[in-house]
Amino acid sequence: MLHPEPHPAEVVLLTRRFRLPDSASIGTYLATEGYQAFRKALAMTPEEIIEEVKKSNLRGRGGAGFPTGLKWSFVPRNSPKPKYVVANADEGEPGTCKDRLLMQYDPHSLLEGMLIAARAVDARAGYIYIRGEYRYLIEILDRAIEEARRHGLLGRNILGSGMDFDIYTHSGAGSYECGEETALLESLEGKRGVPRLRPPFPATSGAFGCPTVLNNVETFCSVPPIILRGGLAFAGLGTPKNGGTRLFAISGHVNRPGVYELPMGFNLLRMIHEVAGGVRGGRKLKAVIPGGSSCPVLRAEECDLPMDFDSLARAGSMLGSGGVIVMDETTCMVKAAARILRFYARESCGFCTPCREGTQWLAQVLTRLERGHGQRGDVEVVRDVARNMLGRTFCPLGDAAAMPALSFIEKFRDEFEAHLEGRPCAAEEVALHA
Amino acid sequence: MPELIRLTIDGRSVEVEPGTLVIEAARRVGVKIPSFCYYEGLSLAGACRMCLVEVEKMPKLQTACTLVATPGMVVRTDTPQVAEARRAMVEFLLTNHPLDCPVCDKGGECELQDMAFRYGAAESRYLEAKHHVPEQQWSPVVFYDRPRCILCYRCVRVCDEGMGVGALGVVNRGGRSEIAPNRGDHLECDECGACIDICPVGALTSGMYRYQTRPWEMNHVGTICAFCADGCKTTLGVYHDRIMRGNNRDRSGLNGEFLCIKGRYAADFPHHPARLSRPLVRQDGELRPASWLEALSLVEARLREALAAGSPIGVIGSNHTTNEENYFLQKFARQWLKTNHLDHQRTGDVPALASALAGREGTLASTEDLYTARAVLVVGADLAQQHPLLSWQIRANWRHHRARIYVVTTGPVREDRYAARSVRVEPGGELEGLLALAEALRAEPDLVILFGDAIQGEDVARLVAFGDSLGIPVKYVCLVDYANSRGAADMGLLPDLGPGYQPLERPGMTLEEMLECPDLAVLWVVGANPLIGRQRPPSRFLLVQDLFLTETARLADVVLPAASAYEKDGTVTNVCGEVQRLRKVVAVAGVKTDLEIFSLLACRMGFQKDPVGWETVLREIADAVPGYRLSVPALLAGAPQRTHFASQASSSRRGKVRSARDTLFTSGTLGRFATILSQVREAPGALYRG
Repeated sequence: MLHPEPHPAEVVLLTRRFRLPDSASIGTYLATEGYQAFRKALAMTPEEIIEEVKKSNLRGRGGAGFPTGLKWSFVPRNSPKPKYVVANADEGEPGTCKDRLLMQYDPHSLLEGMLIAARAVDARAGYIYIRGEYRYLIEILDRAIEEARRHGLLGRNILGSGMDFDIYTHSGAGSYECGEETALLESLEGKRGVPRLRPPFPATSGAFGCPTVLNNVETFCSVPPIILRGGLAFAGLGTPKNGGTRLFAISGHVNRPGVYELPMGFNLLRMIHEVAGGVRGGRKLKAVIPGGSSCPVLRAEECDLPMDFDSLARAGSMLGSGGVIVMDETTCMVKAAARILRFYARESCGFCTPCREGTQWLAQVLTRLERGHGQRGDVEVVRDVARNMLGRTFCPLGDAAAMPALSFIEKFRDEFEAHLEGRPCAAEEVALHA
Repeated sequence: MPELIRLTIDGRSVEVEPGTLVIEAARRVGVKIPSFCYYEGLSLAGACRMCLVEVEKMPKLQTACTLVATPGMVVRTDTPQVAEARRAMVEFLLTNHPLDCPVCDKGGECELQDMAFRYGAAESRYLEAKHHVPEQQWSPVVFYDRPRCILCYRCVRVCDEGMGVGALGVVNRGGRSEIAPNRGDHLECDECGACIDICPVGALTSGMYRYQTRPWEMNHVGTICAFCADGCKTTLGVYHDRIMRGNNRDRSGLNGEFLCIKGRYAADFPHHPARLSRPLVRQDGELRPASWLEALSLVEARLREALAAGSPIGVIGSNHTTNEENYFLQKFARQWLKTNHLDHQRTGDVPALASALAGREGTLASTEDLYTARAVLVVGADLAQQHPLLSWQIRANWRHHRARIYVVTTGPVREDRYAARSVRVEPGGELEGLLALAEALRAEPDLVILFGDAIQGEDVARLVAFGDSLGIPVKYVCLVDYANSRGAADMGLLPDLGPGYQPLERPGMTLEEMLECPDLAVLWVVGANPLIGRQRPPSRFLLVQDLFLTETARLADVVLPAASAYEKDGTVTNVCGEVQRLRKVVAVAGVKTDLEIFSLLACRMGFQKDPVGWETVLREIADAVPGYRLSVPALLAGAPQRTHFASQASSSRRGKVRSARDTLFTSGTLGRFATILSQVREAPGALYRG
């Protein structure tokens, strides 16, 4: 959701065109330094481009936070195979809706980011793998691609530089797992969306077995400002090792939910109370999931921390995809946990044993608990099953399901016990006294 | 030789070649790491997560089946953490598993049972309703029970990679994931049952074996498949003297675990209701049952009359009888009946190849060579249909060693899909078609050439001349049709060549000539059906030995019921010239082996004093047949023995060669009496011809 005016605390960099009239058009884009970064990149060597991205301390905005410049440097430029640039626009993490706005309001910045990546690794084709539910965005992107082609910014001999590169959109079919980079590549190739064995990593063997740069939409959108203003300037916006700004999608029980562009390391409590207008109805903050539903939940008292990859890791959670889910005191944590686990049970691709069976098991036990049909030992079963999944599944989806399950029962054990024993849980207490 | 990598597994030091997986390295030092989805020879999956191990300096447990050994790696499989992880995986696998072990075909030989026993917890904590899906039948052969499936994807991979068919895939996701035929609700495939055999649990079961018996109630006997010439070892499960199934799970034999539908499921023909169990004698124009004594007396009398009168006697041998039987039959004919009118239905021109390669050691390709050769050339044959093992070997060679495959055929074949080059020719244009490949073949380090009946007579010598012109080591396989087609030729069931292709001074009549000859006093047909679609030959007396009342047997004066390959001991020689041992699997009442029949007749006629056993004849073969100087003890122990063409080998100048062109689902007369072969649809034909 886009508010008419940015919040004063916002640092408007990636979102600077969002509120311009006709912001998605190439005219608006070109009038606001559009494709200047790419023109600059054309004059740079691939090594210089990658060096600049490294200097920016840009880390992947999809969730894992891997340094982008380093990722690009792994692509073997002298490989005789064709190289590909793939944008992960499968934004599927519950609580996350930032890439959607970038593609809706500023599609050309994604194209320009991909063009610069293509220049850096000598790729000739790029794909935007976009979740099926974003059908309306495919039209916007296809229009932007067509505009860029007409302006000689895509296609053969781009701007007379001799560089050939084109971009194609590819729709997903409704699978969370296809946001995992190797499952995305399988799906892109027309196969079943299950993850691949790594190594080899996509940088050496990605799309169609060829070297591939694969980044999140927001990551690509961060590249043009880096090239234009220099990596150091971008890095300076954030905290050490966490360069730049970040689009946070704040949802849940706040007065002003929405997507806000804030510097890395912005304080989480300030984010909730200042930027998002505070907790809905003046109620007490109970818990926050800081980076999309797969991240361990934080209790209200744990939320006074800077939002960057490293600070959240120290707090036992993750920055993830920047989806901040705020829960107030009326939230039943058993219900929330059950809802999250039902999502992962539904979205597990089923390829490996612990994720396939574990997510089903957790979802079933938590749903029973939620509905008051718990049995003695259920909480221990949830804990053991989640622990047995953790770190043992083929891809991170198992962890994504196990981490919320574990953190919910660890941090809100009382509420689970209450459900088990038929007592009112904390949320029901609040409701009773309201 | 690349430098070896040293690593430590459970405190034991082991050296392995670079690229070795930890699970394989562990096996070398006797450390068994459990796994379901890991399967030697197939692509890696990493799906079941049973093989998790601890590795120093790695924070998380690692799957030993995907982890490549590196120098100095320290692996532990004996820690509480690993034990706990294995227990957890078994627990996960059992959550939705029906635990219907008491009625499951796999009970007693189930990998999940074994794993649960060895690594699992004693109790289940799973209280939720198990997910149920009704069982599905995909073909007469293959049934799928989703609840039992642990989704290790072995079936999908063996079908795609091993068989080159790719009939199976996965549908749905998460806990609802299922294996499914890629054609929707049914299979269009080789019906080979590799998916069933490779299934670690009872999810895939066969229409022939399911719910028939328990694994531990059967005796298992390893013998050689009775159908095509590839000579696969099949281990037949026998319950109450009935053959229930075939498989080769222990990977012994030159086929490893490979078998096609015939080797796995077609071994029920010995028990067919139409099987002959008593001799038949023609009386007043009709065949009526008779005792062995009566029937043999009649045969003896006719043979004595013919000998006394000096009338010619003709003998037609079999593609299915053992080397001992074939050798003894030619000895009977030539030595005792004084006739060279001896032949069999020739399906490939082995004599021509023997002559072209006479005395040249190391020019016959073995089954193993097809897996190791750097290049393979297929001329005029559809291997996937007629030689499924050879096709499998070549495919595995391409997958594992990137061998280059070349094809010259008149129509599309499965090898086209991975061939470096395929050349299409008009029938008869095969030799000419080769020339297009000459340049590419010259660049290969070595080559195996397989050729079918399109190349025969003089063309075989031309083919070998072409091979010689390439300037690289070349080995050959002359493709023949049936289980002992090669042995029949090697043992001299030919009108102008004795055992080992030694030329005879007075050539006899060919099969065709015998069938037309009005002067024959006796025509003796052993295990062959040359009269299909023909009139009774003009010979005065027609004797037939066979399993069934074939078109030929119906016209006979005396029919003697013979034992099948699964009812006798002996040796057979496969298409690559490898001699292997047949073992008696079952006894069928009323029949005698062909060797018993020959031997009894020989005794009655005073040619020998006592009946001979097959081992005596085998020793005689080893002594007397050029190229068959093989190790009898090794053969008896089950090791295939390679033969070669002796230097005096000569080409047969007489008679034609014609393959019966059986498909995967036919096999001459025998195929008609195997239940499953009459039930499966000829889908492969449609698949590979289009």
